[in-house]
Amino acid sequence: MNDFKDAIDFIFHSRESLTGGVRIGGSEIWSLLAKHLELSGASLALGCLVAIPIGLWLGHIRRGQFVAISVSNAGRAVPTLALIAFFIAYFGVGFTNVMFALMLLAIPPILTNSYVGVTQVDADTVDAARGVGMTEAQIVRKVELPLALPLIFGGIRTSAVNVVATATIAPLAGVVTLGNPIINAQVYGDAGRLGAAIVVAVVAVAADGGFGLLQRAVTPRALRLANRRMETA
Amino acid sequence: MTLAALIIHHRTQSNCVSNDGFCPAWIADNWHRYTHPFWQHVYLTVVAVVIGFAIAAALALLAHRRRWLIAPVTTVTGVMYTIPSLSLFFVLQPITGRGDTTALIALVSYTLLIIFRNVLTGLDNVAPETRDAARGLGLTERQVLWRVEIPLAVPEIMAGLRVASTTTVGLATLAFFAGAGGLGGSIFSDLSFKSNVIVAGGLCVLLAAVLDLLILAVQRLLTPWRRAVAA
Repeated sequence: MNDFKDAIDFIFHSRESLTGGVRIGGSEIWSLLAKHLELSGASLALGCLVAIPIGLWLGHIRRGQFVAISVSNAGRAVPTLALIAFFIAYFGVGFTNVMFALMLLAIPPILTNSYVGVTQVDADTVDAARGVGMTEAQIVRKVELPLALPLIFGGIRTSAVNVVATATIAPLAGVVTLGNPIINAQVYGDAGRLGAAIVVAVVAVAADGGFGLLQRAVTPRALRLANRRMETA
Repeated sequence: MTLAALIIHHRTQSNCVSNDGFCPAWIADNWHRYTHPFWQHVYLTVVAVVIGFAIAAALALLAHRRRWLIAPVTTVTGVMYTIPSLSLFFVLQPITGRGDTTALIALVSYTLLIIFRNVLTGLDNVAPETRDAARGLGLTERQVLWRVEIPLAVPEIMAGLRVASTTTVGLATLAFFAGAGGLGGSIFSDLSFKSNVIVAGGLCVLLAAVLDLLILAVQRLLTPWRRAVAA
């Protein structure tokens, strides 16, 4: 239990690094956290920008099931460490490169969920929208997108947790995130390693919870009622 | 081959290596470096998925009849699924030490939600009429479960196993942080050497694909009636 006490102490109080000369822990954690969130947020935002339009479009034309499913299978099969290593070996280290690697990681769940979300919209609803004179663009924006939002946010939630977890190995590529004490244990020591591992876990659980709330908030009221009825049935 | 050609070959190869390039010759010479990590990786993945399946399937069978169990099991396994495996490797170390045990606990905890959900969905998706017909034939509840519900749930169960095994191959690349080796250790040992990254990363992807196909093959063996329908 002493290991945990020491780790908690590391999280809340700064101390001298093992190699000397640098203050680690305590307030330093906040700057690591800031970098961690900056990297994760940027990657996730980019992933959304790429994945949501493609998923909506493929879903709207009701084609590309193969693409949507292959992308998510491939995304699972490529280990995150291999992905990051591939980027380091071929493009070098640095914030931008890691951001693109994490973006690739974020895309599959969002793309697949956007696609599935749109294809699940009732065909009669889309026909009715066409019948009242909506253009195709309006149908996507005003009918399909709102009805697909819960699933899209489900995808973003999955990606957010994955990205936050994987941003931990970003220090391998020179980006000083919360993974720094884990990767550079010779500077931070066992307490730093364990402390950082705990903070990463808390951040991941918080991201999951936060996006879960967001997912509920964006669900149209009618769908929420329908879901509740389905759950109780 | 003349001596000159040999020297040139040797030089270009070492140039390639010192430039961190993609060098087929180096890969052919150093293939043996990857066999031990590869089998460690196979071991971690297979053992984690088998244990995870045993636990999650048992929980799903219980929850199938006792519905109140679903919410607590989903919540607990959901949290285990959310906690990054890398964090878990270090949080467990003061308790279980460095090595396979720590890695396996973390990997197993990650598979539980996926398998639990799929087994339960598979069992629940069996048509009520089918269940009624089985009862009408005089099958006991236990027989309905083992002879009707479980066989019909096989595709869904196998789908869960496929997702769990591919995910575990990926997560096991971080198991070297827990002192359990695997291909992640090879990747980590030289991140900027293209040959190393391609071979070790490629072996991970290959392993994931092979396990996926194996499970698919087992599924086809277990559900001969589906093949008849498809044919």
